Amino acid sequence: MSIFEYNGSAVVAMVGKNCFAIASDRRLGVQLQTIATDFQRISKIHDRVFIGLSGLATDVQTLYQRLVFRHKLYQLREERDMKPETFASLVSAILYEKRFGPYLCQPVIAGLGEDDKPFICTMDSIGAKELAKDFVVSGTASESLYGACEAMYKPDMEAEELFETISQALLSSVDRDCLSGWGGHVYVVTPNEIKERILKGRMD
Amino acid sequence: MECVFGLVGNGFAIVAADTSAVHSILVHKNNEDKIMVLDSHKLIAASGEPGDRVQFTEYVQKNVSLYQFRNGIPLTTAAAANFTRGELATALRKVTSFPTLSYELRGVRNPYSVNILMAGYDKEAGASLYYIDYIATLHKVDKGAFGYGSYFSLSTMDRHYRSDMSVEEAIELVDKCILEIRSRLVIAPPNFVIKIVDKDGAREHAWRQSVQDVTTASV
Repeated sequence: MSIFEYNGSAVVAMVGKNCFAIASDRRLGVQLQTIATDFQRISKIHDRVFIGLSGLATDVQTLYQRLVFRHKLYQLREERDMKPETFASLVSAILYEKRFGPYLCQPVIAGLGEDDKPFICTMDSIGAKELAKDFVVSGTASESLYGACEAMYKPDMEAEELFETISQALLSSVDRDCLSGWGGHVYVVTPNEIKERILKGRMD
Repeated sequence: MECVFGLVGNGFAIVAADTSAVHSILVHKNNEDKIMVLDSHKLIAASGEPGDRVQFTEYVQKNVSLYQFRNGIPLTTAAAANFTRGELATALRKVTSFPTLSYELRGVRNPYSVNILMAGYDKEAGASLYYIDYIATLHKVDKGAFGYGSYFSLSTMDRHYRSDMSVEEAIELVDKCILEIRSRLVIAPPNFVIKIVDKDGAREHAWRQSVQDVTTASV
């Protein structure tokens, strides 16, 4: 079993009309054993940028702490929040710093940029950015997620429809992956509000 | 075959650990206390390599005391758990640079092989239990377990656990888990120690012994 599959994870982000949604599963496992069913994989960096980290849970926690630290420092120096594109470049740089002993995580970054234009990207564990206009996925269920998102996605969805689409894509994908699941955590972010919802799927 | 498990009840947290000190096929002693009292209201139940277990938990205990001496107030359970995770995470990727036999200048990594369940009681947060594994994954849980015994104790706790259990009900559940481990684990440890932490502090609650140490006087 690969070290990326040690804890199990599934993260997906989708672009809508002036909004974005980011969702993850809630399982924390140690190979075949489930330890917890309320593990947080998505974290808010600031009101308009979210990061979902899949992969080894210890590195998810370490990387999150380092990124929050760097963003707080940026806020103190620049007196403003980071743009999502800038934050993605920061994450990429931090991951490549550890090129020969990497953090075993694959981040998914989603944010609202200038003029409320949604931005999503993902990268591998050494910081190779992959920008997309529609959706990005990562985690042990990534292959199922690619299929489900490709089938269910359409451009310019409003917040409510986007929530439905991302939820269905996440739940149907994690149901085919034994290492991820136990519900879902969905954030739908528009310029005015952040809606956080917990999904109840197949609890196995 | 080290078994450590714990759960959170109504205003208290209980942890139980086996008490065998084993080296390959030999049982050195069967009354080894693996649950350290960190401070007045915290317990740390550890399982893993014996040297690391003792050294690392003592290191955490001394640092928790140091904080209290320096600052006049004790650490919260969450803070102590995060400190412990930080130390494990740092050691996980630290490369000690001394020459090895294979001419490499970079030495081997030296992570601590200790799995920890930290139980504590704080006035504001109440009773809490933190699961910290040897690669520094931290998670706050209601019930947790490590080792081969976890396959039996977690399932038993999943079946019978409720979040508002009284101490008596929780001890009954702990005994059910110990019975399950004793009857289903191939090299089951004979003895267990149970410790509890609540608003009155952290203390030993009971031992469950099926094999006592033989003293020389009986020869």
